[in-house]
Amino acid sequence: MDALITLQVDGRERTVTVDTRTSLLDALRERLEVTSPKKGCDHGQCGACTVLLDGRRTLSCLSLAVAQDGSEVVTAAGLADGDALHPVQQSFVDHDGLQCGYCTPGQVCSAVGMLQEAADGYPSHVTEDLNAEVVLTDDEIRERMSGNLCRCAAYPNILAAIREVAGR
Amino acid sequence: MSDLLTPREIGEDRVRVDAAAKVRGAATYAFEQPVDDPAYLYPVRATVARGRVTGFDTAAAEALDGVLLVLTHLNAPRLASTDDGELTILQSNGVAFRGQLIGGVVAETSEIARHAAELVRVEYDEHEHDTELRADRDDLYQPGTVNPDQDTTTDDGGVDRALATAAVTVDHTYSTPMEHNNPMEPHACVAIWEDGPRLTLYDSTQGAHGVRTTLAPILGLDPEHVRVISPYVGGGFGSKGMPHAHNVLAVLAAQLVPGRPVKMALTRQQMFELAGYRTPTIQRVRLGADRDGRLLALSHEAAEQTARVKEFAEQTTVVSRVMYAAEHRRTTHRLAALDVPVPSWMRAPGEAPGMYGLESAMDELADACGIDPVELRVRNEPEKDPETGRPWSSRRLVECLRRGAERFGWDDRRPPGSRREGDWLVGMGVASATYPGFTMPGSVASVTYRGEGRYDVRIGAADIGTGTWTTLAQIAADALGCPFECVHLEIGDTALPMATVEGGSSGMSSWGSTVVAAARTFRDKFGEDPGVGDSVSDSAPQKLPDAKKLAVHSFGAHFVEARVNVDTGEVRVPRMLGVFSCGRIVNPRTARSQFIGGMTFGISMALHEASVMDHRLGHIATRDLVDYHVPVNADVGDLEVLWLDEPDEHANPMGTKGIGEIGIVGSAAAVANAVHNATGIRVRDLPITPDKLVH
Repeated sequence: MDALITLQVDGRERTVTVDTRTSLLDALRERLEVTSPKKGCDHGQCGACTVLLDGRRTLSCLSLAVAQDGSEVVTAAGLADGDALHPVQQSFVDHDGLQCGYCTPGQVCSAVGMLQEAADGYPSHVTEDLNAEVVLTDDEIRERMSGNLCRCAAYPNILAAIREVAGR
Repeated sequence: MSDLLTPREIGEDRVRVDAAAKVRGAATYAFEQPVDDPAYLYPVRATVARGRVTGFDTAAAEALDGVLLVLTHLNAPRLASTDDGELTILQSNGVAFRGQLIGGVVAETSEIARHAAELVRVEYDEHEHDTELRADRDDLYQPGTVNPDQDTTTDDGGVDRALATAAVTVDHTYSTPMEHNNPMEPHACVAIWEDGPRLTLYDSTQGAHGVRTTLAPILGLDPEHVRVISPYVGGGFGSKGMPHAHNVLAVLAAQLVPGRPVKMALTRQQMFELAGYRTPTIQRVRLGADRDGRLLALSHEAAEQTARVKEFAEQTTVVSRVMYAAEHRRTTHRLAALDVPVPSWMRAPGEAPGMYGLESAMDELADACGIDPVELRVRNEPEKDPETGRPWSSRRLVECLRRGAERFGWDDRRPPGSRREGDWLVGMGVASATYPGFTMPGSVASVTYRGEGRYDVRIGAADIGTGTWTTLAQIAADALGCPFECVHLEIGDTALPMATVEGGSSGMSSWGSTVVAAARTFRDKFGEDPGVGDSVSDSAPQKLPDAKKLAVHSFGAHFVEARVNVDTGEVRVPRMLGVFSCGRIVNPRTARSQFIGGMTFGISMALHEASVMDHRLGHIATRDLVDYHVPVNADVGDLEVLWLDEPDEHANPMGTKGIGEIGIVGSAAAVANAVHNATGIRVRDLPITPDKLVH
């Protein structure tokens, strides 16, 4: 069954017909030619498909497109302001927080979402004091970024990149 | 000795030229290549481990709206060559392993293709299967050679006698499990078959030219009529070193919808049977030494598996041919041919599992002799390559060990099981690393002057995350004597001159040598003031004169701190140091990333990775990124990398030896040795899961 939906994608209104079985990820990649989010597992296990959905980091492979009619989607492509990279993107470049680059757009979106979560006071599994302001220690960053796999294992560089943006 | 380049750009800490595109997601990987009106292919796979297909019922699939084609062996185009047992698919009704490709559906959308594939009913005549590797099997055989083309056996005949008389002996069996490469980008391609016939294949590969060279004869095509395009590759770690069967399926399907691009991406689950893997190994290592730890005998014997349908013989014990001096030596490989998917390259095939065995045994020998493990290795340093007697082009293992020990605080290491901090037992481990310095012949590069000081440098090389887009341009800049910004590099396309595969850590050495040769020819012909459009193509010399006289290898040392929870057996690696001697480093930024990537593969090999085969069904049960754990950010502690940056003047004009694989070699042993130092427990079967530490 098909459905006509409208999404705000990286600041543009996009109307598209999707199969009701189409994931948000496949709607972006296969129907809208928005290939910034990547498919690494299609099961919510790797994080390569992470986008910001109405401002929150979301695994787009685990969401059906038809359920997101009217939503705002920001991919890594939409984080940059023209030629100017988003500070998280620039920091990934500066710290070599990538090798093959396939997980990178998801890492970047995840980091942007995670920094906001921390600013909003969301605790993580390693947060000691649930009532205190979140301090993004190395352990906090590692834990909060552990939904995004990087087989090239740029992890120490991703950590350094986010640490810098977090102002530590 | 080669004519070494003077480094100006080489050695510069350059940001990756493709980094800005990659952080936006603007680098286009195979599946993402913009093509008009693509169709989507989803495979049908065997659900028995061995047997014959006796019937397909494709009616329900074909009746589905949007289905263009249901492909089986009954209607698939014939292949011109069926010599490659992995790539020969849909040519008969035979099933050689569970998950093998036996059909496919092409449809207007990926959802329809997948749905239709599930509607295809298959009947089988199922045969008995055999998927279990054991060292006591009576059908193990010696392969003719081991990967890539090395002797299967070396034996001077004196090992058993020497072991019988040695003052100290170690005799243990170590095992490593089946492991899967799992690059983040699943194997994907877009195949376009056009009249002529001509094939365009956008592929995710470590070698576009190798894909063409392999596929063209199988398809009966003139290689000139096959174009393979692969500008960006989402990791490979060996699994994209050669085409796999899904490429053939996509091309067979494309032939039946000519002119229509056919897109295919393996799912993560499908990769576990169709994209290669590291064979499990069972390694018996026997060491005989005097009381001072000096080796008299070294025997390393491996049993491993291959697929009945195609042989791949991993070179597990070759590390024991180069690492240590010992008068009496033996290395062997024996294979079991099983009804399993086809094993293949995974980061440092041979060296990675073999070094786990050897370096674990060396740690046990250090214990048995009461000698510090660093000192034991230093005492067994060979003056020449122990097997061939050739001098080393350079060997600075001792310096790596000494420098690493000092940097890591090795002096603080205590006897096994004697350091406890709260609920954690803490230990340190060391292991050596080595990797051959391959420079492959056969690549060609072109250099063309574009005016205003600018040059086009073209070679069909690959960047799988290794940094080729940046580092090969750095080499070209030095070879041409021009600024980095004046080099316009083109790679990743068979429309460019021939390039060897990104494998065996040979990419930069091989392609760099070629670019240097082309640049030198260009200067010889056109001088320093060329005209616009002046152009040459050239290849590097077949072999450097020194290559046959010298043993060219990289070396290194890993130091690991492991913490083991006394209650749960959880192992953490809070810090690790790798010190490497790999010739000249072209770009310290990308090099460091490759080293830490390799070291992390080693931590993961030690602690996490194992593919579990259910032998009753011939089924790989761990088949996604939850059941097959690859490291996440929280698994990785502080990794430090040092290198002894000195060109190996015998290796090639850049003095490089390759860095992509040595990081994983020995690192798993260093973790295992640290776990032993922490707990006193020697785990000889990877991975070191908590159940092996809590009794």
